[in-house]
Amino acid sequence: MTELSPTALRGFAEQCRHFGPVELLPQSDSLMAVVNCPAAVLKPLAEFLVHSLHYRFGSLVVEEHPTQWKLIYLFYRHEGPSLVQLCIYLKADHPQVDSISIKIHAADWHERQAEDLFGLVFTGHPRLGDFVLHEEWPEGVNPMRTGFSATRPMQEKVVDPAWRPARILETPGAFLMPIGPVYADYYESAQFFLETVGEDVLRLIPRFFFKYRGVEKLAQGRPWQRVLLMAERFSGTSAIAHATALCGSLEHIYQVQPPPRALSLRLILAEMERMRHHFAVLSDICHASGMSVPSAQMDILEEQALRLSGQCAGHRYLYGWVTPGGLNRDMSATTLDTIARETRRMAEASASIHRSLQFTSSFLDRFEGVGAISMAVARELALVGPIARASGVSTDLRIMLPYGGYAQNGGPPAMVEPLEREGDGYARIRVLFAEIQQSAKLIDAAVAALPTGPVRVETAGVLRQGAFGWAEAPNGAAFHYLRLDAQGCVQRYQIATPSFANWHGFHIAAENFAFQDFPIMMASFGLSIAESDR
Amino acid sequence: MFGWFVKGATSRVKTTRYPARDETALGVTPGRPVETTCDNELLAVDLAATCPTDAIKPASFKTTVDISRCVHCMACTRGENTMRWQMDYRWARWVGNDAGRAARHRPFQKSLHIRVVDTGSCDAVISEIKQLAKPYYNMHRLGFFITPTPRHADVLMVTGPVTSPMRLALLKTYAAMPEPKWVIAVGNCAISGCVFAPSFIANGSVADVIPVDVHVPGCPPPPLAILHGLLLLTGRETEMQPIDQPLGGPP
Ligand code: SF4
Repeated sequence: MTELSPTALRGFAEQCRHFGPVELLPQSDSLMAVVNCPAAVLKPLAEFLVHSLHYRFGSLVVEEHPTQWKLIYLFYRHEGPSLVQLCIYLKADHPQVDSISIKIHAADWHERQAEDLFGLVFTGHPRLGDFVLHEEWPEGVNPMRTGFSATRPMQEKVVDPAWRPARILETPGAFLMPIGPVYADYYESAQFFLETVGEDVLRLIPRFFFKYRGVEKLAQGRPWQRVLLMAERFSGTSAIAHATALCGSLEHIYQVQPPPRALSLRLILAEMERMRHHFAVLSDICHASGMSVPSAQMDILEEQALRLSGQCAGHRYLYGWVTPGGLNRDMSATTLDTIARETRRMAEASASIHRSLQFTSSFLDRFEGVGAISMAVARELALVGPIARASGVSTDLRIMLPYGGYAQNGGPPAMVEPLEREGDGYARIRVLFAEIQQSAKLIDAAVAALPTGPVRVETAGVLRQGAFGWAEAPNGAAFHYLRLDAQGCVQRYQIATPSFANWHGFHIAAENFAFQDFPIMMASFGLSIAESDR
Repeated sequence: MFGWFVKGATSRVKTTRYPARDETALGVTPGRPVETTCDNELLAVDLAATCPTDAIKPASFKTTVDISRCVHCMACTRGENTMRWQMDYRWARWVGNDAGRAARHRPFQKSLHIRVVDTGSCDAVISEIKQLAKPYYNMHRLGFFITPTPRHADVLMVTGPVTSPMRLALLKTYAAMPEPKWVIAVGNCAISGCVFAPSFIANGSVADVIPVDVHVPGCPPPPLAILHGLLLLTGRETEMQPIDQPLGGPP
């Protein structure tokens, strides 16, 4: 992120005005440009942002108001203004807008989701229909609409026995092999249709949202305290990241800045979470390729990281720490020393495992060239996190949009994003190992220079109504949008999760592969379905 | 390859001694709040009000806890007036009928095959179940194995609040299991829906869909609690007590 002068911001607005009567709203600042634009201008302007100014698509937020719909398209990039919100308004009785996903593929699933949950119409979208809500859900019932009760159980319709999933492959002898939703040992529930003519799988069609719990709907009308519990728990392995993102939007709404000590402690907790997550993914990767010793070695590190969290933070998945305005508790100096010492030790141990793996050819053979995603595709689909970095796309929100502890010395932390080129399974493994080292370094530096003082400031009085918050979760960029009413209850909550963004690229990685590579590909993606399904 | 052999051989035994001995390592459990006596009735009401999920109920001078509603938010451990906190992990409870209790003896005491079904849980509880098959807990030494097919399974381990697309999958999986069969509901969202209930899309409780024999509460339950659930099912452990042995302070 670079500081942006007001003139540069005006220059940005000037560029946008070429496309039509576009209005830069006064709440824009050096970080975020908020732009109102007519619905007709949306498509060309969004294309300009993505293809000429190198913005990436972040999120699509839909708000239902009594007389109109408000749609917010969020874009982000390295240079300022790092965030752009394009807001358009639609008439309540005419919820129709041009689809942008023909030119901006990253918006594809966001539009399908909005169509399914709100009943909006995206004209020109190639493939709308059952997405979040499956075939047993009655047509024309849109659960995110305000009139729909969040708590009354829905009467489902009986599925026509002739119902079959869509198929693409039409060669003679082609058949569809379904996997899931209940499959192999203890994977999370999802379904994958492998299209094959016998030996090799030519295409894979994933089907998600078996685990859709409607977090965003359940949040409506609840106090934020209750929503924070859900934000921590909908994807328990990224609790700190999602709680930080939600609290980030609450802090923008309440216009408070947590004290420096709280920000540093949040950084420490977030990096502990990232280390544990990467240990677990690497263990799954070793396991999928049949390497039981390295897998057990990573398992040992994972459980040690869990016990460290349990011992030092009271909860193995770090629940109950983050709150708007800071943290719920403080940590003692001895606890912090333990954390720094232990994370350093674990990072060394994982480096030693990495060194050994580099010389294990049976391991490398399984991952080199498997499930590759090119840089162009990673950009086009706006993939995030370690998967994007393995394809050479830099997307780290800690550097792009430094927040909290990552912005403390007036800029992003001294860290180098581990970028690789190949985009295959092995590149992802290298990125994960490098990030573990980096997390340990960040923790070390934060413990060494920990500010003193309180860990929490009070929040009061709703100053802004809607705001974004973000965090770099272990899987990549997470954007949370929250809108409160005057009483402090949630009107609208929307989560754009990294797993949601990255599963969108899974079918590209999984083209033309052998059946036995399927678990390896799943493991090298290392994504969470709970996080994607919400 | 030889390097891996050395690495494996020099890692020493990590596995817990539970159930032969109590596990005393730090960080294996978040602990739980237990029944607390307050100075007066008002304080008990106050203390109960700190809980965002109504897990604490005031009863005259005392507060009681329904652990299957507690989400370990730790709100009741802050401030002057706090709940007593206990660092244990024997949390499982038998909730099934007597027929299931009678059938669980004999051949099933030594070995069980388990099918895990995720009906909308978070990934943390899946991760805790995975730990059971990993070096620190190694449930295989106790005769517990994960199986990919319900046809080989004796026990169905269900997590999550049973979202509607998963209801049919759960029913089919259960129907595919041979008799006698048992069901363990793991985690608070499988027991009561917890923070995800009441809801338009989730049942909120596994017991509404299929008969459940053992509850393992927790958010998420630590691996030792899940192990306790399995041992309880095979009759090798006793149920959760309102207050177990040694009392630790809040973390
Ligand atoms: S830890 Fe939180 S959820 Fe559990 S009893 Fe205490 S206040 Fe309630």
